[in-house]
Amino acid sequence: MTNSYEEIKDNDVLLVIGSNTTETHPIIGLEMKKAVRRGAKLIVIDPRKIELVKWSHDHLQLKPGTDVALLNCIMNVIIQENLADKAYIDERTQGFPALARSMERYTPEYGEEVTGVSRENIISTARLYARASRAGIYYTMGVTQHTHGTDNVFAIANLALMTGNLGRRSTGVNPLRGQNNVQGCTDMGCVPPFFPGYQSVASPEVKARFERLWRTTLSSSPGLTATEMIDAAAGGNFRALYIKGENPVVSDPDMQHTVRALQSLDFLVVQDIFMTETALMADVVLPAACFAEKEGTFTNSERRVQRVRKAVDPPGEAREDSWIIARLSSSMGYDISYDRIEDVFREAGKAWPALGGMDYHRLEHKGLQWPCPTRDHPGTPYLFKGAFPKRIPAFTPVDYRPSEELPDSEYPMILNTGRELFNYHTGTMTRRNKAVNLVSPGGYVEIHPADAREIDIENGRMVRVSSRRGSIKVQVRISSRPLQGTVFIPFHFIEAAANMLTNTAVDPIAGIPELKVCAVKLESMETTGVLKSRRSHD
Amino acid sequence: MDNNSVVIKVCSGTGSISAGGAEVLHAFRELVLSSDLEASFQDRCRADKVGCRGFCARDVLVDVVIDGEKTTYERVKSDMVPRIFEEHILGGSPVQEWTADELHQSFQDNQKKVVLAHCGEIDPEDLDAYLNVKGYEAARNAFNDMQPVEIIEKIKRSKLRGRGGAGFSTGHKWEFAYKVDEKEKYVVCNGNESDPGAFADRCIMEGDPHAVIEGMMICARAIGAGKGYIYIRDGYSLAVKRLRLALKQCHERGFLGKNIFESGQDLDIRLYPAPGAFICGEATALVQSIEGKRAMPTPRLTRTSENGIRGKPTVINNAETLANVPKILRNGASWFAGLGTDTSGGTKVFSLTGKVKSNGLVEVPMGATLRDVVYKVGGGIDQDRAFKGIQLGGPTGGCVPESCLDSRVDYESLAVAGTIMGSGGMVVLDETNCIVDTAKFFLDITQAESCGKCTPCRIGMRRMYEILERITSGNGRDGDVELLEDLGSHIRTTSLCGFGMTAPNPVLSTVRFFRDEYNIHIRDRKCPALVCKSLLTFSCIEETCTGCGMCKRVCPADAIRGTRKKPHFIDQELCVKCGSCFDSCKFGAILKE
Amino acid sequence: MGSSKVTLNIDGKEVIAEKNSTILDAARKLEITIPSLCHNPDLVPFGGCRLCLVEVAGTSRPVASCAALVQEGMRVKSSTNYLERLRRTNVELLLSDHPNDCMLCERAGNCKLQELAYYYGIRENRFEGIRREYPEQDNNPFIRREMEKCIMCGQCVRICDEIQGVGAIDFAYKGLWTKVSPPFEKDLDCEFCGQCVAVCPTGALTGRMWASKGRQKFREVETVCPYCGCGCNITLAVKKNEIARVYSKKDTVNQGMLCVKGRFAYDFVHSQDRLTRPLIRINPAKDLYLHQENPYADSSSSAGFKPDPAQFREASWEEALDYTALRLKEIKDRHGPDVIGGLASARCTNEDNYLFQKFMRMAVGTNNVDHCARY
Repeated sequence: MTNSYEEIKDNDVLLVIGSNTTETHPIIGLEMKKAVRRGAKLIVIDPRKIELVKWSHDHLQLKPGTDVALLNCIMNVIIQENLADKAYIDERTQGFPALARSMERYTPEYGEEVTGVSRENIISTARLYARASRAGIYYTMGVTQHTHGTDNVFAIANLALMTGNLGRRSTGVNPLRGQNNVQGCTDMGCVPPFFPGYQSVASPEVKARFERLWRTTLSSSPGLTATEMIDAAAGGNFRALYIKGENPVVSDPDMQHTVRALQSLDFLVVQDIFMTETALMADVVLPAACFAEKEGTFTNSERRVQRVRKAVDPPGEAREDSWIIARLSSSMGYDISYDRIEDVFREAGKAWPALGGMDYHRLEHKGLQWPCPTRDHPGTPYLFKGAFPKRIPAFTPVDYRPSEELPDSEYPMILNTGRELFNYHTGTMTRRNKAVNLVSPGGYVEIHPADAREIDIENGRMVRVSSRRGSIKVQVRISSRPLQGTVFIPFHFIEAAANMLTNTAVDPIAGIPELKVCAVKLESMETTGVLKSRRSHD
Repeated sequence: MDNNSVVIKVCSGTGSISAGGAEVLHAFRELVLSSDLEASFQDRCRADKVGCRGFCARDVLVDVVIDGEKTTYERVKSDMVPRIFEEHILGGSPVQEWTADELHQSFQDNQKKVVLAHCGEIDPEDLDAYLNVKGYEAARNAFNDMQPVEIIEKIKRSKLRGRGGAGFSTGHKWEFAYKVDEKEKYVVCNGNESDPGAFADRCIMEGDPHAVIEGMMICARAIGAGKGYIYIRDGYSLAVKRLRLALKQCHERGFLGKNIFESGQDLDIRLYPAPGAFICGEATALVQSIEGKRAMPTPRLTRTSENGIRGKPTVINNAETLANVPKILRNGASWFAGLGTDTSGGTKVFSLTGKVKSNGLVEVPMGATLRDVVYKVGGGIDQDRAFKGIQLGGPTGGCVPESCLDSRVDYESLAVAGTIMGSGGMVVLDETNCIVDTAKFFLDITQAESCGKCTPCRIGMRRMYEILERITSGNGRDGDVELLEDLGSHIRTTSLCGFGMTAPNPVLSTVRFFRDEYNIHIRDRKCPALVCKSLLTFSCIEETCTGCGMCKRVCPADAIRGTRKKPHFIDQELCVKCGSCFDSCKFGAILKE
Repeated sequence: MGSSKVTLNIDGKEVIAEKNSTILDAARKLEITIPSLCHNPDLVPFGGCRLCLVEVAGTSRPVASCAALVQEGMRVKSSTNYLERLRRTNVELLLSDHPNDCMLCERAGNCKLQELAYYYGIRENRFEGIRREYPEQDNNPFIRREMEKCIMCGQCVRICDEIQGVGAIDFAYKGLWTKVSPPFEKDLDCEFCGQCVAVCPTGALTGRMWASKGRQKFREVETVCPYCGCGCNITLAVKKNEIARVYSKKDTVNQGMLCVKGRFAYDFVHSQDRLTRPLIRINPAKDLYLHQENPYADSSSSAGFKPDPAQFREASWEEALDYTALRLKEIKDRHGPDVIGGLASARCTNEDNYLFQKFMRMAVGTNNVDHCARY
């Protein structure tokens, strides 16, 4: 997030795109509700009628995967009606004329045709957002998990920039992080092109600096992303994987593909707290300590680095991940040893100046938001105050491209996947909770009442949902939440794994798979499912 | 009333309808329209339904007005109609045996009808009837010729005070709302009338619905409200029906809606039938209820008149208050002020019930004495028994003894006497009423009606009730009276809203005035009024008993022994104190003490 | 309107307060303690418990300081014999309708009512009478609701409505029988965020999973929630080597608010399924995957997978790590480092992940390191 949680309540307009905030980020959801209570206008852009819609001023229920078209049309209206922030554009950005030109064909009429959102709603949203004095955009995987995910983010950035909603309190472009330490994991360089702190492995100077820091020689060849590794393994060109605390069999698109890939490896090490579906395939399984059994830090969505503290001992011989990695490294002949875990954090601070001013003592209460370069720096609640770092940001015009796999006569429906409130990710943690299992016992497919009538299925029945990649049996939940023609399946439940169905096509830049759109068909089954869930969602 | 006319006015209030009023009206109308009468007669004779005139005990009441001369019939049944019609309306000689008696006359003559003036006179379902008595002229005048401040000044000068109980100056309340600079304002008529023993608002809403609406219109003009609600308990079905009809008529005539009386001001009034919780008498609870929430009072950080429905200025007046407003505008503030006392103008309607000869709805000027009401209007105590006290102001009011009979009915004097104006309920008690039992009766209502929000009222009222229960069941303890006083004043002092502040009144006032009676219950385990069953003993007076055996036959507990023609004996162990023996003995040989 | 501040006097001390603040707010500024059961600074004033009564010069009745605005020149007394008697009486009344369950109550030692009873020394109670008893229990799996312990402070109702925006509960019935209840007395069926549990001053609302895990002498460990990216601050209340309950404090990034997972879903930490020994494969994995059907279609859930002794054997750390290092070196030596990859975890700490990528880049010698930021 460019901005902070605490600023949300002071937004006067909130644009929430592709984020089921109240279920996936409940506490940020509370701040949004607070903003609405204080008079803010909330616009929800989502193909599903999520709970947040109840709080919204307007719901733009777009067809899945048409985000760029919708955002471009909103920008078209802003430009046409002279609502852009000219002074801000002139002073702080470049490339606006080119953007303006490229927006010309995105008329509201075009938008209505492509996205299904009415012309009037596009226009009113554009006016509302552009006229706001403190407008924040919030988005999650609904924006990024597309083959045009990067384009979506560019479009959002363009929108915020042209209206001057970046670099001030209660504004910004705010991706909400899905897991407790996605932010930190990325910050720490667990992404192929970057060393810690988004420093390119391809840069000779950067490489040299890290070689000095680590007293070693490093590779400059760009690494593979997770999906690329899986693809390479499936293609027989990859030999070994060391997986720490991930369960790609359930979380990655096209489960069969993932499984085939992992089976093709010569060697698979899985380090986890449970025997996950992925661990079942491993050659070596290493028992790890969970969050409550170790010291360290997590970085949350607002870039706040906070202390994690050990409360209990790990069970049996389970060990902290850091201990395992250091020992393994030694066994490989590379010494990674630290007296205290804080030394690791301090080294990260040396590697990346944005953390340079932090230490555990300073993080003691409530942590600090990076960048925090010096010992007396108070941390940074919002980014780009006054100026952008390094260079002036340019608008990046993007064009609408349809999703990779669109419905056809054989697979007529669009499948959308995601999370629900009670479960988390692949369920390894939450599904071991008796109470959670009582309120959310298993998978389901949300289907619009009209679609349910069409294929003649009743609530609670089992259906077979199939895509070109596989099929699952899953219980029907008839609900007015999904858009007609689309269905939603949460991916937590292995027995009705949404990722049996999803497509491995990825965004060309970020490598993010298109988990939000693929084509499926539904067939009713003879067997009657027991209506397991006691909850209703409408 | 035009000469040479015959008007038959059939009371059509709730009480009358349950006594057969609709059938009586129907019978008169059929006769008027019957084919063998001359057309000229039919033209000048009509039968109207009119509102309640208060003496519901004698319903159905029918006035026959021939050439302006009125004869009142009471307890009319439909089978009596042909004779009245034949002998009186056609024949010109009233049916004397059915006309109202002196008691009825003194009941009516000792009242001063202002707010009830139309009740019993005009057809409440007919807008034209209201217009014929200059209805809506005051509203028209307010919208066309008066500035808001003028209206407010006039109301202030009239000394009109809220009839809902607390007696806050209506003009000042309006002024608070008027002074808030806010586009959205509300006027609310509180027709909830929580007190189960009061029915003044109901009769006004049933009998003169347009007066209430007109009062709201004038208020809306004064404060600048665009929206009004009539908050009425759903159980008042006839009032709901008549108000709904009246609102429809007003909308049709353009008295309500857009740009009323070409003033540029819009006013929409809606009916809000509510479940009718006692607590809705409390303005903040009523606001919650209108907002769709549970009716629970909220702390008054500010006045409702400044910060009410949805945080907007909201004037909440009760139905009786509002019905007075058109009269004030029409007849002048000084006329109204002159009716009452120095501090309180106009009249007050009371629901007079209990042990009086004539009970019903009575309207007397502010400042009349309780004695006037009980003895002149009410005709004195039923069966000429001894007067004991009056419970005033409903279940949260207080009970005053004979020494207060010369107190005047106005807000201040009643407070001095130890009670409140409240709902205008007046329950007259005589020597056969036990004071502890009476207090328990009222607390039974209030402890159950507490909204449950604040500790003293929710739990304290229940505990007070339980103490009374043990006193009346013979388990009273030393110190219970003091505990009641202590707890009662605690609840009064610490409760959140007006309900809790007044709910202990029945106990506190009776302890103050009838302390001995409490003590006798506790110390002697006796109920002097012979009401508290657990404290009674029944015994057979040997000298008087004839041994007829009647008591033995009726005793459900087989507690009476004895052989025929010999004195009988009641086994106290077995006696369930039902009183059947006492009632059945023809010789007065059963002693109840 | 003039200044937005007013000066008032409480117990002889001058205090400057915001114009729209309450007497209680002002008293807290002076660190004057006024007892209260229903006050919550995040919620609209309720004025129900009637314990925060104070005397204000010029007013005849004591006023509830939580619901009375400060005024210029106001003179307030926060504690007098008279006020203490009123407060004591209200506590007595509350206790007269409260079960004597402190022996077994989950909140004993951490209960505001118990504390007040202690403070006012209420052993004998002048008031006795009927008590609410509710034999019917709410069967929801998360929140134990013992409504006879409810003192009707309304904080649960208000936080559910005013903060959470759910409105799952409200007051029902009247008089002594007033009760906080879900619609039609059904079992609670809500988001189970437990905000209500957090604000409950008594033992009326507790976490079911807390039962019998200890009430006092917890070791409090401040840490961060292991679930979504909000990064809420949580406090683990630890007894021996077990997390007994989880809550969040007011002065945190999440202001004490949590969701169902963050507050209640910690069974996994002490799960019997936790991996406790390193494992080395001895037999090839069953080939479950060569058809279009979901191989796990019949598992009720992944929770419950345990190492299959037919496929794995337990090993010492030394053996497992040496074996792993050996195999990785072998592959690296034969095929080069770029056929080896590492997937880090967004659930691990910064330190773990820093070391992980350092290990991959340095020890393995490849930039093939990624994590599931994308899923």
